[in-house]
Amino acid sequence: MSSISLSSDETPQELSRSRQDTSDPPSQWEQQAYDPRERAALVLGEHDFTTVTDSIADIALGKTPTMWYVAMSVSLSLLSLLVVTIGYLLLTGVGVWGNNNTVSWGFPIINFVFWVGIGHAGTLISAILFLLRQNWRTGINRFAEAMTIFAVCCAGIFPGLHVGRVWLAYWLLPYPNELAMWPQARSPLLWDVFAVGTYATVSLLFWYMGMVPDLATLRDRATKRWQQLLYGVLALGWNGSSRHWMRFEKAYLLLAALATPLVLSVHSVVSFDFATSQLPGWHTTIFPPYFVAGAVFGGFAMVLTLSIPCREWFGLKHLITHRHIENMAKVMLATGMIVSYAYSVEFFMAWYSQQPYEQFVFLNRPFGPYAWAFWTMVTCNVIAPQAIWFTAVRKNVWAIFIVAMFVNVGMWFERFVIVVTSLHRDFLPSSWAMFAPTWVDLGMFLGSFGLFFTLFLLFCRFLPMVAIAEVKTVMPQAHADDHPVKFDYQPSPDTPKELRRGHWFT
Amino acid sequence: MSNSPPPSPMDTGSITYADYEVIGTGSPYALVAEFDSVAEVMRAAEKVRDAGYLLWDVHSPIPIHHINHAMGMRPTILPWITLAHGLAGLLFGLVLTWWMNATTVPGLSASVQGYQFLISGKPMYSLPANIPIIFETTVLFAAFGTILGLLGLNKLPMLYNPLSRSRRMLRSTVDRFLVVIEAEDKNFELPGTARLLQSLQPRAVELINEER
Repeated sequence: MSSISLSSDETPQELSRSRQDTSDPPSQWEQQAYDPRERAALVLGEHDFTTVTDSIADIALGKTPTMWYVAMSVSLSLLSLLVVTIGYLLLTGVGVWGNNNTVSWGFPIINFVFWVGIGHAGTLISAILFLLRQNWRTGINRFAEAMTIFAVCCAGIFPGLHVGRVWLAYWLLPYPNELAMWPQARSPLLWDVFAVGTYATVSLLFWYMGMVPDLATLRDRATKRWQQLLYGVLALGWNGSSRHWMRFEKAYLLLAALATPLVLSVHSVVSFDFATSQLPGWHTTIFPPYFVAGAVFGGFAMVLTLSIPCREWFGLKHLITHRHIENMAKVMLATGMIVSYAYSVEFFMAWYSQQPYEQFVFLNRPFGPYAWAFWTMVTCNVIAPQAIWFTAVRKNVWAIFIVAMFVNVGMWFERFVIVVTSLHRDFLPSSWAMFAPTWVDLGMFLGSFGLFFTLFLLFCRFLPMVAIAEVKTVMPQAHADDHPVKFDYQPSPDTPKELRRGHWFT
Repeated sequence: MSNSPPPSPMDTGSITYADYEVIGTGSPYALVAEFDSVAEVMRAAEKVRDAGYLLWDVHSPIPIHHINHAMGMRPTILPWITLAHGLAGLLFGLVLTWWMNATTVPGLSASVQGYQFLISGKPMYSLPANIPIIFETTVLFAAFGTILGLLGLNKLPMLYNPLSRSRRMLRSTVDRFLVVIEAEDKNFELPGTARLLQSLQPRAVELINEER
């Protein structure tokens, strides 16, 4: 990364003009010379609607890059590991996992909570940042939402298999049946079915609805017949009508308002699986906010893990700017601090409760047989993110990438610590046991990454990776105010009243 | 709706007669005017609105801020559709949880009969323990209502539209802004409407006919 002297008198516009011939757009640090009062542009370089459309649509419509095949073959091999381990499990039984009578939840629940948590960042970016009018979200929301859906797909596999007889998993749903049995609506496990099911459905609807205008753009730019047909059907006949756009924007706002409490409810409900039990280490009132903050923390780490290489490889540095990366790193730092605080409150409450079993669990975590897992978690989740405080780290996207990788590892270990250390030594020492994953556990966990990356690569290749229409709305060209033509928004005085109102049915 | 006067002859400058491209044959379907920027299309929309047209639209690659004022559109009824669906979901969740775990109706077929779980001596039905499920069904129904309401009000999916015969439409999802006035509008007339569009100084005006 090149740097410029801070004493430069050039405006950001002059700066970007002078650098127009270089292929790399200037980074945030060159555009916005350490001045927080200056707003950096969200789309860097000399871009207009046409070139922005080109840079995104060409990825979906153009030739497949060679590296895509390489990445796809790696993820497909990991995916085949998932298929093989699931097949082996179905043919043999859940005994092939490392779960035992004491640690009965093991890897399946750890992986479930890990993947569901990752999904949360996507909804946070698409819904909560939308409600908070954080316009920088437009560059990253599309693939963060895609990541949410793929992460929830990965999450769903594990409890589905963990029920044992996966072919009867539909028993989880309430439907009139010949057994005269209904699910138990006061159980957090059933709440989970509803919460995760609703979350997956609403995320998918939100993602698809937001993508319809961009699919129309791809349809209109496609030259091959199959592309025109495929995108044409998916775009549902969207034609950019302002009457449609008005309802679209309202629907977007409504879905964001619905998704915001939904995303908070999902990981709260996941935490209820633990918190409503009587087990020391799980029976804690701090779990819902702690889990939600942890989910956003881990989710942003995964968004960074995906977006930093993607902007590099697909040439999207002008849309996913250094500023986007830095903002996400800051959110990661903030939620990481909440998570660290939650860790310390747990220890404080154990001491304050004067409850011997609770105190034992919280001594067993840092000093017991799984101390290595606990300290891995602390290193990755508490210590590593502190690097983000330093400008030197934030100035280097790959340094942020390394921190994000630490957090990915740390958040998996957090779930390992919560599930395994609480279960493996509970009230009765006679039932204490150790947990060790088998090759099936490890293969299935690795394989879930295969599923995740396969879906993500397909998305990168064939769908608009950045929300084209939304990015355009944060460009200067989208605002009539800057244009020399001045006009009044009000109807002229001689307009009949009913015309000013338009149709009653809109 | 009062019958507003036909568009008065505009100050058309050098343009003395309507000059437009024609696509297809048969009776006219719509007139299309193409613009370059948001500001131009906003100004044009205000003129078309004030000229009294009702069956017309602005096609743009982005949702234009305040175009609803420039076009004279009323707010959409979509939030009410969402609310109605959300309330339906609330009721569904409430009845579902209550029926599943707290009812026994003598004589009813076992397959639809509720199943009364007694858990730790707790009441058969209490609202707090069922709130999570009721909340989720509320959100689920409201989200479906929003999407279906959006598609229904927009009359989508609509995979064929006569406008799509115009090559200019292809750029309305990329970087151009189109004002479209449909021939069914009672103020529509040729060449008057075309002259109005020409007076707005578009890049081009195009007439799309019903048949190929």
